[in-house]
This record gives sequence, structure tokens and C-alpha cells, in this order.
Amino acid sequence: MMEKINRFYKSFGLPRLIIASFLAILSVTAVVVGLPIGDLFSAILVRFGMHGILVLAMVPAIIAGIGLNFGLPLGILCGLLGGLISIELDLKGFAGFFTAIIIAMPLAAIVGWAYGWLLNRVKGSEMMVATYAGFSAVSIMSIGWLILPLKSPEFAWPIGKGIRTTIALVDRYERVLNDFWDFTLFAESDKLRLLVPTGSILFVLFACLLMWMFLRSRVGVAMRAAGDNPKFAEASGINVNKSRIVGTMLSTILGSIGIIVFNQSFSFIQLYQAPMFMGFGAVAAILIGGASVKKASISNVLIGTLLFQGMLVVSLPVANIIMTLESLAEISRIIISNGIILYALTQVSGGE
Amino acid sequence: MKNNEYVLQMKNISKEYYGNRVLKDINLSVKAGEIHAILGENGAGKSTLMNILFGMTVIHETGGYEGEIVLDNDSINIKSPVEAMDLGIGMVHQEFMLIPGYSITENIKLNREITKDNLVNKFLPDKLKTLDFKKMGTDARKALDTLGMGIDEWVKVAGMPIGYMQFIEIAREIDKKNIKLLVFDEPTAVLTESEASNLLKAMVKIKEAGIAILFITHRLDEVMEVADNVTILRDGELVATKKNNETNVMQLAELMVGRKIEKIKKSSTEKRIGETILSIENLNVMMPGEEIKGLNLEVKAGEIYGIGGLAGQGKIGIANGVMGIYPTSGEITIKGEKLKLNNPKDALNKNIAFVSEDRRGMGLLLDTSIEMNIAITAIQNKGGFIRNFVLFTQVNNKEMKSHALNMIKELDIRCRSEKQVTRRLSGGNQQKVCIARALTLEPAILFVSEPTRGIDVGAKKIVLDTLVKLNKELGMTIVMTSSELAELRSVCDKIAIISEGKVEGILSPDASDVDFGLMMAGEYKKMQSKGDDIK
Amino acid sequence: MADRKELFDNIKSFFVSNMVTIVFVILGIVGFYYSGLSLPFFVNELSIRITRNSLLVLALIIPVLAGMGLNFAIVLGAMAGQVAIIAVTHWGIIGVRGFMLAMLLSVPLAIVFGYLTGKLLNKTKGKEMITSLILGFFANGIYQLVFLILIGTLIPMDNPVMVLSSGVGLRVSLDLTGGLKYAIDHIWMMSIPWTALTMSTYTMLFVLIRFYINKAGKMTKKVKNTHLYILAVAVIVALGNIYRINMIDENSAFLWALLATISLPILYIAMKLYFDQSEKMTKKSAQKHYYFVAFALPSFLLSLYIMRTASIFNMLRVPIITVLAIAIVCVFTVYIMKTKLGQDLKTVGQDRHIATTAGIHSDKTRLTAIIISTVLASWGQLFFLQNLGTMSTYGSHEQVGMFSIAALLIGGASVSKATIGQALLGVVLFHTLFIVSPLAGRNVFGDAQLGEFFRAFVAYGVIGLSLGMHAWKKQIQSRNSLK
Repeated sequence: MMEKINRFYKSFGLPRLIIASFLAILSVTAVVVGLPIGDLFSAILVRFGMHGILVLAMVPAIIAGIGLNFGLPLGILCGLLGGLISIELDLKGFAGFFTAIIIAMPLAAIVGWAYGWLLNRVKGSEMMVATYAGFSAVSIMSIGWLILPLKSPEFAWPIGKGIRTTIALVDRYERVLNDFWDFTLFAESDKLRLLVPTGSILFVLFACLLMWMFLRSRVGVAMRAAGDNPKFAEASGINVNKSRIVGTMLSTILGSIGIIVFNQSFSFIQLYQAPMFMGFGAVAAILIGGASVKKASISNVLIGTLLFQGMLVVSLPVANIIMTLESLAEISRIIISNGIILYALTQVSGGE
Repeated sequence: MKNNEYVLQMKNISKEYYGNRVLKDINLSVKAGEIHAILGENGAGKSTLMNILFGMTVIHETGGYEGEIVLDNDSINIKSPVEAMDLGIGMVHQEFMLIPGYSITENIKLNREITKDNLVNKFLPDKLKTLDFKKMGTDARKALDTLGMGIDEWVKVAGMPIGYMQFIEIAREIDKKNIKLLVFDEPTAVLTESEASNLLKAMVKIKEAGIAILFITHRLDEVMEVADNVTILRDGELVATKKNNETNVMQLAELMVGRKIEKIKKSSTEKRIGETILSIENLNVMMPGEEIKGLNLEVKAGEIYGIGGLAGQGKIGIANGVMGIYPTSGEITIKGEKLKLNNPKDALNKNIAFVSEDRRGMGLLLDTSIEMNIAITAIQNKGGFIRNFVLFTQVNNKEMKSHALNMIKELDIRCRSEKQVTRRLSGGNQQKVCIARALTLEPAILFVSEPTRGIDVGAKKIVLDTLVKLNKELGMTIVMTSSELAELRSVCDKIAIISEGKVEGILSPDASDVDFGLMMAGEYKKMQSKGDDIK
Repeated sequence: MADRKELFDNIKSFFVSNMVTIVFVILGIVGFYYSGLSLPFFVNELSIRITRNSLLVLALIIPVLAGMGLNFAIVLGAMAGQVAIIAVTHWGIIGVRGFMLAMLLSVPLAIVFGYLTGKLLNKTKGKEMITSLILGFFANGIYQLVFLILIGTLIPMDNPVMVLSSGVGLRVSLDLTGGLKYAIDHIWMMSIPWTALTMSTYTMLFVLIRFYINKAGKMTKKVKNTHLYILAVAVIVALGNIYRINMIDENSAFLWALLATISLPILYIAMKLYFDQSEKMTKKSAQKHYYFVAFALPSFLLSLYIMRTASIFNMLRVPIITVLAIAIVCVFTVYIMKTKLGQDLKTVGQDRHIATTAGIHSDKTRLTAIIISTVLASWGQLFFLQNLGTMSTYGSHEQVGMFSIAALLIGGASVSKATIGQALLGVVLFHTLFIVSPLAGRNVFGDAQLGEFFRAFVAYGVIGLSLGMHAWKKQIQSRNSLK
């Protein structure tokens, strides 16, 4: 019996256990104090749809062997640019949404290729270089947002130059996915009313399915081997550097799509410094889902996103009841997300 | 009162690793001012003996050793290398423990820096006292002078020739005040000829200073040149201890290699040995520690070709070079076609398969299923186990599974299922998975490196039998590299012995022990040319 | 011809290896030109920023030498300093006493933080930088938890000025005016030319005395006499220094005379003690001395000249104690690196495996390096904040790691190599850019924000570039070692 518990504990991992129990305690508290459970669940589902693709973007990077992709902002910036151009073209609804994606993807592919090339040159220090590649890209694009010749009236400040910090998507593609096939459960109960954003959840699941299929294709198998054991892969006739570039490109493309999905759900596009730390949230989520610096799977994405976002959603109202301190939720997010990354780093053997 | 003339005595030393006896009743005595050579093949027990002498943690973690070690007159039990150092036993490492950015003096005094007192730091802990570079320099100068080395003691080590670095290592040891015994672990392996002869001269100087030397080597002529006494180990047993003037190179070679060979019944049916299938010309492989320098080799179709030699001589480098895993130059021809060098893909396309000596490092995906391990190389290079849809491909699970089950049965891979990851398999079963992957490629030439290293007796037999069977039934050409001479002699049709990155000679498995011994020690050609001179 | 080619090669390699620094010198000059700032204003602003930030940058050097890369976790040191400031301000202890107490208080905190950081970094060898970066973020969360949530709930604190009106959590900013503000800076100020004059005098004195000590044994009588003569001149110059002060105001003249009489013999003895081991002066270190003199002499003359004019520079003042503190930390760093501990640090930094084989406790040594760095950073943050005068409770420490590291790298340091000179030069160049870029941005592009973004890009970009170059070099090296 003890052994069984032990094994379960080992396979589940200490941090996941802590976070899962933390979430459980929060949920119980939420029920006890009489918070509207349905609303909380809807919020979790909405956030799952919002963040799912961004978290999924970690999978190809980790599997291809470049580690946690802290350089996700590179992809995000491409997505933001796609979103802006789609607005500039004056498109609405699904047309606007998909045009944004179609514009963003080739951009992200090019950026991802260059980024992958860079990471191949800094093997062993990928995470650090990626972090700062992301940071510098965000700040150079801040200059970009100031000087880009985009003219749509939604972008303009009342006074001053450059594009606004936040752009509302109300008349564009606000919640196009979330509202697609959405339905409400327990509509008659105040406490249990649960709104399901079907479209965005389906979108995430579909992306996961594609990723799963990709990992079972010839290129996917090669990428997995290249990440797992480069020496082995090289001896098996696999071009390791190319595989890593493919992984990086996929990750960057997913990042760009991810932010467009995020924006439609959030109803706003945020520019300038906003993308700076978005990579960290995605990294934390997949780690909470049980991934490590070297291993990740689709299930890590699903579990991690649900656990992490669930915790953020539930902790805010619960914390408010206990202490009426809004900052507590944000602080726990900082501590948990960075804590889990630190934990993952200590688990990497090697460096010797 | 010092009535014991020996500096070091090791009495009846025995050692077991997990029930496996690796050393048996070794006796060794060294006097002050004596150079005592220890001679033996890889795995003869030299390094285990030294690990015991230096109290390495491996020894204590595996249940210690039996027997007694006496230093001067005291029976000692050394617990750690630091303790050995304190007792005056020094080691000149094979890999240099030098910091390139430091001067010679700083390297000689590494972690034995001299600090000095003055008004300010008298009251500080030792760590916070400044270094006395002047005194350190004087000491270093003295040590260098002892070795007859004129180089400035303040020059940085970076960029120095390797021979100098070796001398600095030695200078560090003799600078230690209480040094009684110095162990040289294959010191000439990385040196040029003139550097090596300088080193031997220096060893004589150290000996004359009254320090005892243990000289671990496999170079017979060096033994004859400087050693006063020689102890020969083989398979963990002491074969003989000889005085220099009572022995000769031939005898040493025979003692080092000689063993009873189990004659495997050679199949009565004549083998169909065909045309040259693989020819290697002027091959250079930059594999660290196993370099190949200008090697020529020819393998005929249908042969089992053995490659032997001592560790570090380059035998491992050949297969790795052909497969394009380490930087390679030269010319390799497969069935009359030139092989693209440094290109594993081309080697695989030319129907060459490779079972690596580095099983866990290069041979397996440790966290991936057995079936995928078996199939992956074929998936990537032969388009096997793949379903092609127009825009994308998917792995054909069914086919992969049935093939894996087939292989599991054929090679007797002991596992829970074909989905099990390979990490927890035993060494033998891991090796079988590697072989299964190679066979899946249906190769014309199969390179196998160290096929039986670290696997149990039963698995060993299956692996070797499989190779023989493949060769006999499918006519597959096999190039087998192994450190176990006996194994090569039992399976192969021909054996090339590699020494210093070149073929020293090619022997039939029935050739005499003396010939094998001389070739392994790199003395064969020298002896022959001497023989010619006499004629 | 060969000589000329060699010279050309030398110049080329100088430019290649100092690429980053040279680019920033040019950027700084161009930026200054377009900013339209007046030189005195700029110099004043820069001198404030140099005295404010140097200590934090110097705190980075030792971990770099110990092979642990750029210590982003100096953020934790800064936090230790801020905790001490919060405590001291709460108790209402002001001025120098308050500052001293804060320094004292921050030490145990910084040691604990440094110890924990070191432990963590020992567990993540080879990934120290990313770990220390994330650790900074993580610690920031803990810090917020303590000061935003626990204060007023678990930790009682009755101070309406500092605590938010809800009674829980500290206010976003803490005004140090009337408390620790200028506690050290205003003890003793001197005008910029005076400071330059004094510093250059002492530099020359230092070099001459050292030269004299080194060569005393071997020198011919004639050379000896020449040097004695130069020494005498230098002493007279120093005395002249005193005389000059005398003309300005009595109070500072007294201080000066006192300092001069005490410090000259101390300086002499200290130098004799510290440096006489290096009797065998290499060509390189001799060269360094010439550089010192080459710097000191013109600045000596220039400051003499400025003092005779009615230049506005005479009005700009430098906080001497802070400058001294920086000097002490420099000397401390040099001293540490000359001790057994320093040698161990270097050995571990160059090759951990060899160090361990030689019997050095590499983990313990690394721990020591991080603790020293954290303590220095905590003091650095104290000096930083006493000059700034307001502490942004939740923000002052956040950027400390990044800005200090960017400065160090701009000075020409890398992940595995850093010197005091690079640290100081880096501070000058980085803050030059800081001062000029918003104005230059506004003047050239009509947008100050653009300049600010550019500044941020430079900070991030230079770190990223430097990390990337380092990793690339390492990869090429390991590939070459195979060949």
C-alpha cells in the first residue's frame, strides 16, 4: 500500500500534488462560502480556451530539445501584427479572425526559422538567450508600434503618435470562437449557471489533435528523437539542427495563433510591454501539467492549463472573501509560476 | 627504526564487485627509488588496484577490499584520495588536471598555495590571507629544476605542448613535501616519441631522488627501458613478477595476453567469401580518446572481420568514422561506390548498420518504447512502418508492433511488452534491442562495437550466436570491434589489431599469443624490423 | 613592413574584442550631441548616477570570476537592503546613524538570502543564470507577499505614514526625505574639479610609491634619486592641495589636512603590505600603471585649470564618502582575488572538475561567492536609495539586476570575465545612454518615448547579445577542440 502511494506520488510529482491540493482546498472553500460555482467554472473554461494554444506552443519546443521556450513573445508579436493588419484591412468576425491567423503564420514561420537558427548556435544556453531574445524583441517592437504606418481609426490615440496600448475588438472579432456554438447549462440556477465557450475549447482541442498527429509523423518522430538524444538521432540519419528548427518554428507559429485566440476571448489587443512575460505563464502552466525541461506531452498541456488557470480563477474571489486583498491572487500567481519553473530547473540533471 | 626496505606493500589484495571477483590475491612490493611497472590489458585489474590504493569512493561504496596495504611500516586503510595525498602517495593523471589560464607556478601549487602573514591579515582566517607568489615561484622553480625543465615558471599553461603539460603535472606531485610514492597512469599515451623519452629520463631522476614509482603502461619497450621490476596482471590475477634483467619483450607480451582459448567448433561448411565489399584508405577519425590516423583496411563480403586492440588505440574510432559520427577524412568505398564522409545518412543508405559501443549514450532512446527503438532508424531512412497520406505521414503502429514482437521473439529480448521503455531493461536486453534495430535495416554490412560489454554470460552467448547465424544464413558481412580478444578469436575469420590509430597487423584467430601480445603492445612491427636487421 | 602589419593586427584585434564597448562609446557621443544637453548638466547628472549605481555593478564581479555567470539574483541583495531601510525608517532612526544601522541589519538578511541562492545555484549548475533570473522574480513574489499582505495581518505595524490606509500592506512608495536621504552623500561634498584633482593626485602617488617599492632593491642610485625627487614633488602637490582648500573654507580645509596627514602614511603602509608580494611585476601590470598615470596626469592638470576659472563645474559637487565607499569595494574585490579564497574562486570558475580533484570544496566556494555578492548588493541598494531619496517599495529592486548586468556587459565584461575597470566604464557608458536617449529620441524622432523604448531595447539586447556570443564561442571552442 505504502509503495503504491509512493509510486503514485512519484509519478504525479510533488509540485503538481501541492497545486492540485491547493486548488481542491480553494474549490471547497469556494463552495463553503457560497460563491457561484457555475460562474467560476465558466471562467475556468474561458481561460482554458484563452491560454490553451499558448501552452501548447511549449510542446514542440521542449520535445525538439530547446527546452522551455521563454522566447514565446517572438511568436506573440507576429500574432499581434497579424491581428492589427486584419483590422487595418477592415475585416470583421471570423473573416477577421482567420485573416489574422493567415497573416501571422508565415511571419511567425520566418521569425521562428531565424530564432531556431540562433538557438542552434547557442546550444546549452537556449533558455537564457531565448528569454532575452524575447525581451529585446518586445522592446524593439515597442518602437515598431510607435512608427508602423497603420492607419485604422481604432489604433489612434486621441492625441499623440503611434498605435494605442490597447485596442478594443468589439466590432472586429471579439469572442468569435467563444460564442461559436456556445450554450448554457443549468440556466435556471443562479449558483450553477455554466456558460460553455464551445468554439474556443474545440479550437484548442483541434490544435492538440493536430499536434498529436504531427508527433506521430515521420518528421515528428525525428524531432522527438533529436530532442531526446541528439547523438542517437545523428547516428540514425536525422538532421538534429533541422529538427530543432522545425520545433522552434512550430512553437513560434503556435505562439502567434495563441495570442490571436487569446485576444478574441479577451476582447482587446494589448501592445507594447504586455507580451513581455506571457511566455512565463505558458511555461509555468505546462510545468504544472507535469512536463519537464526535456519532456512534454499533450496531456501536460491540458492538465496544466486547467490546473493553473483554475487556480488563478478560484483564488481571486476566495482570497477576496478572506482578506479583501486583490493583490493576493496576483502574488500567488507570481510565486507559483516562478516557483514551478525553479523546481523544474533543479530537476535537470547535467550541466556537468 | 626503519627495518622495512619497502615503501609500499600490498598484500593479498582481493576485490569483488557485486559478487564478481575482479582482483584475486595480488601481492606487490615497491622499494624507495624503484620503478615498478604494472602491465596488463584493459580489464586486467590495474585501475581497480589503483582505486584501492587511492581509496576511491567506488571501492568503499561496493564493500571495500580484502587484504592489507602497508606504507613504510604502518598498515593503512585509505578512505579518500585526499588522505592518500596526505600520506605521500601521488598520481600523475592521464587527463591533465591543469588550468590553462594559470601560470605554471599557480598550477603546481593548485590548492596548496602558500599564504603569508602580515600586519593586516594575521588575524584573518587562512582563506583570507594573501598568496605569497614569491615563495610559490621558488618552490615551482625547484620542482621544475628537479625534472630538468628550463621553462619560465610564470608562463601560462594555455597553448603549451602536451609534453610540457605532463611535466607540470609531475612537477606538482614532486613538489609535495612528503611524497613517497608516485603513480604514473599510462603517462606516455598522449606524448610524442621524443616527449616520451624525456619523460622516461625524468622518471629516472625522480627515482634517484628516492621516490618509489608505480608505472602503469602497456608499452613493453618502455618497461624494459626504465622499470626495475615488472608485475603482470591478467583477468584480475597476478601472472608473474619479473626482474628487468630476467625477462624480455617477447615473454612479457605472452604473459600479458596468454590465456586458454575455447576453440569454437568452426562450421565445417566452407564459407562463401566474396569480393572486397568495404575498403578504407588513409582514414583519419577525430574521435577523442580513440583517434584513427591514416588507417587502411579491406573487408571481403561474407566475412566476420574482427578489430581488436587496447583501449585508446583507436579501434573504436573505425566504425564511428565509417558511420560519420565523428569528424572523418580519407576514402571509404562500399561495393565500389564512394561513401560520403561525415554523413550518417549516406552510410545508412548504403546499407551499413551500426551497433554502437556507447549503448546508453548513442544506441538507445532510453525513455522510448522498445518498438519505436527498433523501428525508428528504418522509419527515418527506409520509409518503413510509415503510412503515407498525401499531405502528411503517420507511423504505422500495427506493422511496427508486429515487427517488434517478431524481433523480441527471435532475439529473446526479455521484457514486459513491446511498449516498455528501454531504460529499465538489463544491459543484455538493451544490446539486443540495438541489434534488432540494426537488423531492421537489413544491412549488407553490420558494424558491431563491443557487443558483449557489460552484459551477462547468457546474453553474451545469444548475441555472439546471433552474429554468427546472421553471417552464415544471410551472408551478412560483419565487422566486430571488441576489447575481448578471446571473443574475437572465437567468432571472427580475421582479426586486425589496431595500435596508435593504425593497423599493427592482421592475424588469423589461431595465431600465437606472442604475436597477439606484441601487436597489442605495438611492438610487432618494431620486432619484425629488428628481425629483418639480423637477417 | 612586418611591424606595420602587426600593428594593424593589434589595432584590429583591439577593435574586435572591444566591439560592444566601442559601439556604446559612439552611441553615447552621438546621443549626447543630439540630446542638446549642456556639458555641466550632463556631467552632474552622470556623476550622480555613477556614485549611485557603481556599487551594485561591482557586486556582480565575484560570481562571474567564480564561473557562475551574471548573478541576476543580486535582486535578493537589493531586497535585503530595502527590508533594512523599511525597518530603520519605521523606527524613525535618521541620518548617518540610521544608515549605519541599515547597513548592519542588511548583512544577516543578505547572508541568509545569499546562502539560499547559492544552495539553489549549486543544484542547477550550468543553468545558473536562468535560475538566478527566475529566482529574482520568485523572490519578488515572496517580498510582495510579506510587505503587501503580511504587514498589518500577521506582522503588526502601526505606522500610518508607511502603511496603507486599510491597515494592511506598505504604501507603494516610501519617502526618505528627512530620514535616510543623503545620509551619506551630504556628510561631505566636494566640487568635481576638487575631487578629480584629489583622485588624480592620489593615483599618481599610488603608482609612484608602488613603483618605488617594487624597484627599490634593484635600482641604481641615480634612478632612485629621480624617483625620490618625483615622490617629493607629488607630496608637495598634495600639500598644495591642502593649501588650495585652505583658501576655500576653513572647515573643509581642516578635514582635508587631517585626512591627508592620516591617510598618506596609511596609504603607504597599506600598499606596502598588499602589494610587495608581486615583486615580479609583469609587463602588463607595468603597462596598467602607465595607463593610470596617463589618465591621472591630464585630469590633474585639467582640474587645476578649471579651478582657476569661474566655470560652472566648480559648483557641481560630489559625495566624497560614497566615492570612498566605491573605492573601498574596489580595493576589497582586488584584495579578495589575491587571497587564497580568491584563488579558489578563480580555480572553481575555470574548471570545477579540476578544482574538486585538487581538493577544493567547489560548492562551498561558490556559496561564498554568492554570499559576498548578495551582501555587496544589499549595501549597494542602500547607497542607491539614500541618494534617490524615495523608495518605490515594490519596484526599486526589480530592475536592479538587469540594469547592473547590462552596465557591466557594456563595459566589456562577459559571462566569464569581468574587471573593476569594466564595471566602472560600463556604468559611465550605460548611464550616459540613460541620460541622453529620451532627449535624443525627442529631438531626432519627435518622440521621447521612442528613446525610452530604445534604451530598454539596448539593455535587453546587450544582455541577449552577450549571452548569445558567449554560448556561440563556447560551441565553436568545443568543436575546435575536437579537431
